[in-house]
Amino acid sequence: MILAQGEPLLEWDWIVRHSSQIFERFLQHAELTAIAVGIGLLISFPVAVFAYRHRWLIGPVTWFTGLLYTIPSLALFAFLVPYTGLSTTTAEIGLVSYTLLILIRNIVAGLDGVPADTREAAIGMGYTKRQLLWKVELPLALPVMVAGIRIASVTTIGLVTVTALIGQGGLGYFILLGLRRFFSTPIIAGTILSVAFAMTVDAALLIGQRALTPWVRRKSPGLAS
Amino acid sequence: MISLTDVTKRFPHSSQPAVDRLSLEIEAGKVVCLVGPSGCGKTTTLKMINRLIEPTSGSIVVNGAEILRQDPVKLRRDIGYVIQSVGLMPHRTIEQNIETVPRLVGWDQARIRKRVDELVSIFDLDRDLLPRYPAELSGGQRQRVGVARALAVDPPVMLMDEPFGAVDPIVRERLQDEFLEIQSSLKKTIVFVTHDIDEAIKMSDRIVILNQGGKIEQHAPPEEILRSPANEFVMQFVGAERGLKRLSLVSVSDIGVEEGPVVSPSASADEAKRVIDEFGFGWTSVVDDGQLLGWVDEEMLHDAAGVDEVKARKFAAFVTPDSSLRKALDSVVSSRTQVAVVLGDGQNYLGILTLEHISKEIIH
Repeated sequence: MILAQGEPLLEWDWIVRHSSQIFERFLQHAELTAIAVGIGLLISFPVAVFAYRHRWLIGPVTWFTGLLYTIPSLALFAFLVPYTGLSTTTAEIGLVSYTLLILIRNIVAGLDGVPADTREAAIGMGYTKRQLLWKVELPLALPVMVAGIRIASVTTIGLVTVTALIGQGGLGYFILLGLRRFFSTPIIAGTILSVAFAMTVDAALLIGQRALTPWVRRKSPGLAS
Repeated sequence: MISLTDVTKRFPHSSQPAVDRLSLEIEAGKVVCLVGPSGCGKTTTLKMINRLIEPTSGSIVVNGAEILRQDPVKLRRDIGYVIQSVGLMPHRTIEQNIETVPRLVGWDQARIRKRVDELVSIFDLDRDLLPRYPAELSGGQRQRVGVARALAVDPPVMLMDEPFGAVDPIVRERLQDEFLEIQSSLKKTIVFVTHDIDEAIKMSDRIVILNQGGKIEQHAPPEEILRSPANEFVMQFVGAERGLKRLSLVSVSDIGVEEGPVVSPSASADEAKRVIDEFGFGWTSVVDDGQLLGWVDEEMLHDAAGVDEVKARKFAAFVTPDSSLRKALDSVVSSRTQVAVVLGDGQNYLGILTLEHISKEIIH
């Protein structure tokens, strides 16, 4: 057991004394997450749009990103350290890799979900391919895309803690610290903050998506014609 | 206005062409229905006109220009397009949907606003609908918005692919009537695809009946197709009730009226009885200086010396020269003596119609 005899589960004293350090680590956690999901989107978006238009690519792309997803995170970091060191780069390569499968799949699924009649009517009215993508397909795919971003963000926030092993880790730093010292307070603080952060980001993205897609929730049987 | 010459479409992996050397001229300002069983190539033909489907060979000229040499995007913006499922943008309000093509072609805000107002009044749309999303409207409302959207930049040509197919029969009939009324003033050149021969008969100036591979079996006005189907295929497609269907397309003035029993109010009772006996309906019309007063029968005249001594009874129903034969037939079969009286303007007596006379038109 990690608990040393006779110590309380949570020492508020320790938390107060380390509050500025906790805040710093929280910012690092947020930064690692934002960069991972951001770069993940920058890669996934063009790949998904391309695969959506050239459908035969969907299989190989899903296979490859699925393969990345199955690599145990510890092994991946261990493998990368000789090349990129105990750096942010190492952490991000791993974190980004794990977002790709979820993001690409959801972007493709979102685009696939655009009603065929809407697409046909849009082309028939004279939308160019680019206008169709940006003004019709992407807005309509947004709810499913954001659902993917939410899962990717929550997953990444959890995974960032593992990067403590390569000197990064955000709030994971405290979890690792607690494990090494048989000291429960930083473990609990790190875990609770990480979970709270994940839930907050998830909720914020959902609220953002609903604000951006007002048509999704405004459905009524309609007035008598 | 639209002319197709030797247009052929072969889809890959298909042994038979979907449309095989189809040639067709479509006159400006007319509604032409392409009608036929599924697989006859009617939708393929329609979609080749705005190049949603590229013809394999042949030539299509719209407004004097060969469309295969035009930019397809520009071409489509100049042609109104309505599909069965409407295809309104779910993420745009009704107003934004109607504004779609004007925005694509870069109209300024003031002009767009003015045009939306016009369309709202042409289609009698409820202004409260404008800020709503398509999912909040009923099927019939969505269809009307779909047609209004297609007319937004006032294109001379409209392509309509079963535009009223997705709504229930009652709403469909109302939409068809509304559309015919709007078309009668707008005079667009319309290519209309339907699988419903009754819709084609109602909506079109000319009907093109297509068979497999886009083979034209008959291209004629609806009345002619019903009166003299070109062949067995057309006869089958038009269906068993073609005589009855035709009645709604022929008016009373087309077949002319018959002479009926008529007396003037100054006639004697004996003279009236003679007229009644001569025609054998058991009654005679009473007409004074061209004006129909009503009818009298032998029983009413029993104790009278002259027609003016009895009060002529009003006819329960009558038809006018503009009435369709369908309405005339209805009047005839619901009258006790199987005769309908035909009146012109201001109770002006013209004659009668009998079942025999109408059925001659049905049999033809």
